[in-house]
Amino acid sequence: MTRTITVPPDAQLAPMLRAYAESVAARRRHFMFGLTILAAAVALSAVGIEIDPGLFWAKLGNFTSYFDRLLHLDTGALVWTDPGEWFWGLRRWLRLLGETLLMAYVGTLTGAVLAFLGCFLCSRNLMRSAVLRMVVRRLLEICRTVPDIVFALIFVIAFGLGALPGVLALAIHTTGALGKLFAEVVENIDMRPVDGIAATGGSWFAQVRFGAVPQVLSNFASYAVLRFEINVRGAAVLGFVGAGGIGEELIVAIRKFFYSDVSAILLMLVVCVMLIDTLSERLRHGLLAMEARR
Amino acid sequence: MTRAGPLRATLLAGSDGLEARHAALIAPGWRSRGGMMLALGGVVALYAAGLAILDISPARIAGGLGRLGDIAALMVPPTPETWSRFQIYLAALGQTLSIAFLGTLTAALLALPVGFLAARNVVANRIVHLLTRRGLDTVRSVDTLVWALIWINVVGLGPFAGALAIMCADFGAFGKLMSEAIETADRRPVEGVLSTGGGRLASIRFGVVPQVLPVFASQVLYFFESNTRSATIIGIVGAGGIGLHLSELIRVLEWQQAAFVILMVLVTVAAIDAVSQRLRAAIIGRRAG
Repeated sequence: MTRTITVPPDAQLAPMLRAYAESVAARRRHFMFGLTILAAAVALSAVGIEIDPGLFWAKLGNFTSYFDRLLHLDTGALVWTDPGEWFWGLRRWLRLLGETLLMAYVGTLTGAVLAFLGCFLCSRNLMRSAVLRMVVRRLLEICRTVPDIVFALIFVIAFGLGALPGVLALAIHTTGALGKLFAEVVENIDMRPVDGIAATGGSWFAQVRFGAVPQVLSNFASYAVLRFEINVRGAAVLGFVGAGGIGEELIVAIRKFFYSDVSAILLMLVVCVMLIDTLSERLRHGLLAMEARR
Repeated sequence: MTRAGPLRATLLAGSDGLEARHAALIAPGWRSRGGMMLALGGVVALYAAGLAILDISPARIAGGLGRLGDIAALMVPPTPETWSRFQIYLAALGQTLSIAFLGTLTAALLALPVGFLAARNVVANRIVHLLTRRGLDTVRSVDTLVWALIWINVVGLGPFAGALAIMCADFGAFGKLMSEAIETADRRPVEGVLSTGGGRLASIRFGVVPQVLPVFASQVLYFFESNTRSATIIGIVGAGGIGLHLSELIRVLEWQQAAFVILMVLVTVAAIDAVSQRLRAAIIGRRAG
């Protein structure tokens, strides 16, 4: 199949080509301008944090040798040649890992329940009082902007060392993060069931309970499961500031250069996090399928 | 609230029939309800067990709340005490922003090629695809703070280690997002480039990259926002930025200054959020329009 392409005469073509070149040049200028700003910002911040490529290059050997050391036992043998020696503290670490998971669970559930109570108070379609909405929104915002580990730092002083400050820190951060997501879900619901209940004389509570909640529950559960996944990672490092879980063991091992312990604990953490990711993905797919069936 | 009238009477009279016709909807069978109750019971039981094992009791919470109230009272009014201290905190905050910015940017640049490797429609090799995905997952499941501790051992204490930690932690997440964006990209531009005789590289450059770049840029901005938060805490383990000051202030119980630093962080995060939201809208809007 041959096709002839009619090329317009030069007189007609020239302005079109010029316009094309101009528009491309304008985009290039735009792009170059952005790139210059970016480069300036990079240079500024590189100076600000004392980036030293020379140091990086000189110390890069440390990075590889660090991982190399992680893979050797004190005796000098590779770790997997003697799993019993590598995981010498398996019982203790498993217990701590379990504690970490429980912390994440209790923290997530507490936060989810609080967020559940809060989200109806700050969604535009269900709450008429603008003042109350505003107050709840700001509260949730503060809860999620302050990192959980900062809450943990403060709570460790107030509540003492242990899992309790960690759980509370996770719960507060989760309340803020989930509260926002929940409120977005609530604002997107179908209002007809709610209106129907209002029309039959149902109270505000009845409107929320029978009109809104059935529509949002599976979505809420899915978000909460996702948050649990995030909180497991968070709980693992809360021990760095003394707020329980496996983090305390990990930071001690890193600080005191117990290399094989570090790799053993990290391996357990990575496997555990991956396992939970897979499980939670299944669970969320199940929940979304439940939603689709309704 | 009751309303007398013929309508109400009619409705009430007909309600028996209504219930009979839609029995399944009004009162679900014990089977589905039982399953629900069982699941709920399990959740509550695990929660109770968790409270017991973690040694969380109302008495401890009440005692702690009392102390927390004292701390809150000591926090007002938040103040940096002296002008020179304020300058120190401001410099540290700038450092935190730099850590977040450079870490995010480097992670994005490094993740770009890896994202292509991990995308099913670009690299057809199943083994390469699987290995890259698993590798990214491993990198992703190690927390920023742990990466910071590792990098401190390599390059020493300071913000440089922090930037490297952010880079490592984000690298995994970016690679995954990038590969997903590539996999969902429209095939037609690629086919168009190939049909005019373009090579494989040209098809990626002109077919895939223009589709993926705005999505990616907006993700980078989003990560920059969240990394500003992570970078504030990275100093807790000694990797530079405002976190170092914050954790020290809390440890020596300088509550007024600690509250001031927290407020500074909150304001900065809010400002960054606002700026990046605008930039994001501009990037996505320009492409769409």
